Amino acid sequence: MNFYDDLEKYSVNIAILTEQSEQISYKDLLDAADNIGKQIKGRSLVFAVCRNSFESVAGYLGFMRAKAVPVLINDKINNTFFANLLEAYKPEYVYLPKDKSGLNVNSIAAYSYGNYTLLKTGYDIDYTLHGDLALLLTTSGSTGSPKLVRQSYKNINSNAESITQYLGITSADRPITTMPMSYSYGLSIINSHLLAGASTIFTDSTLMDRRFWEEIRNNNATTFGGVPYIYEMLKKLRFERMNLPSLKYITQAGGKLSLELSAEFADICEDKGIKFFVMYGQTEATARMSYLPWEYARTKAGSMGISIPGGSFWLEDENGKVIEKSDTIGELVYKGDNVTLGYAESCLDMCKGDENRGILRTGDLAKRDADGFHYITGRKKRFLKMFGNRVNLDEIEQLIKAAGYDRVCAGTDDNLKIYVTEMDDKDRIRSYIAERTGINHVGFTVVYVDKIPRNETGKVLYSALVQLEKKDCDV
Amino acid sequence: MNNKHKYDQVFIESFSIDESVLGDNLVYNRIQSWDSIGHMGMIAAIEETFDIMMEIDDIIDFSSYKKGFEILAKYRVEF
Repeated sequence: MNFYDDLEKYSVNIAILTEQSEQISYKDLLDAADNIGKQIKGRSLVFAVCRNSFESVAGYLGFMRAKAVPVLINDKINNTFFANLLEAYKPEYVYLPKDKSGLNVNSIAAYSYGNYTLLKTGYDIDYTLHGDLALLLTTSGSTGSPKLVRQSYKNINSNAESITQYLGITSADRPITTMPMSYSYGLSIINSHLLAGASTIFTDSTLMDRRFWEEIRNNNATTFGGVPYIYEMLKKLRFERMNLPSLKYITQAGGKLSLELSAEFADICEDKGIKFFVMYGQTEATARMSYLPWEYARTKAGSMGISIPGGSFWLEDENGKVIEKSDTIGELVYKGDNVTLGYAESCLDMCKGDENRGILRTGDLAKRDADGFHYITGRKKRFLKMFGNRVNLDEIEQLIKAAGYDRVCAGTDDNLKIYVTEMDDKDRIRSYIAERTGINHVGFTVVYVDKIPRNETGKVLYSALVQLEKKDCDV
Repeated sequence: MNNKHKYDQVFIESFSIDESVLGDNLVYNRIQSWDSIGHMGMIAAIEETFDIMMEIDDIIDFSSYKKGFEILAKYRVEF
């Protein structure tokens, strides 16, 4: 049975604590969810524009319980990108906050729920939703790519169960949200705590808001998760000096934490009696693939740990041969029930079944030590993590090109470099790309080079580009 | 360079804004570049510029261009 179909057993537990200090029981949450769900006719595609609020979660659960298929979309999405998604997927319904009128939807009927509205769109297109298809998540909201990840009922259940198991989540836990619920890591925290009958504190406040810390203290939060920049913020706020007695464990994923920060937080958490879990995952694996058991946070700092219960890893060399030797770098491959069905590019892909057959080539390079712990060492594919979000470098190049510049991109996580050959475009490119992607401009550096190195066929030589820059720095 | 000028420069550079935007309306989360990530960078730049280390309450209360003057007064930064 799907966990969200079996939440009645927690009826009297508190499911949600809101910023308005409301405590909503599982019974009230399910009543609300089913009220929204019953507005949907049959198995339909629904765009759910998410924020960390009661209405948003009620809608998500309602759609899942009604066997409608939601596409979870961040409410901060750029209006043009949203329009592109609508055009590509032609959903029958859109569920969105009332104050997001900038997201233009042609609707023929509306149902109001709290500060959300469910709109029936005018799209009349006959496409089939595959029987296994449960939910779709964006791969990269920031570049406007219409590519979505198709997740099945089995994916969502198995991943939530594994996470609940290895973190030892119980109904006494009280996570506080730190990430959008449309983001796979954020959603996995919500799902695994619903499965355990726990109470989640929903807030859109960030660590830099007084409100966030009040919510933690007033509601006795026991846990939160964070992508690397959240740990940078915790360091800046001197987490080691904070007195937060209710915190039991914290988790980290969404990109590799530097070795220094991993070690530092392992120490701080040990001193404070907080369990610190470093983890690894991808939306293509529903959310989670590995975790570093907290007992090893210090001794194995820098490692992303071992596979989650029910999953397994191996490494492959360039010829696709399995690497048996320890401390040898290869592509990390994962197998498990949480490996998603595949991608979708438009509504025509909604009929597709399982294309991955439980195996995910992660595109990450890793090695395994003699004790069986894995370490990420690099990436095969051209993408970066920008403040937790995956950004495809080729898509960023296309965005820049669309604005009339011909430039190339490379860089490291949280530091995307745009290489230019004319100095005067520098500031304009940086603000343009920050505005289009919604990613803070501090993540972008514009680097001047004499010329972009290319091979005979015109392909950009990215490694030579980085060399050029190094040479510049030496001068 | 006097302190007011240094203070203004931190805002202009941290948030990639024009000098004309500096003023009472420059508030946390009102412009795209001053989100939680931008805030962290701005605080680091303020601490470096004035060679101070702010308390967590002050980092979080530093929610507007105007408010910053009050907070920095606590750290004996004179304008």
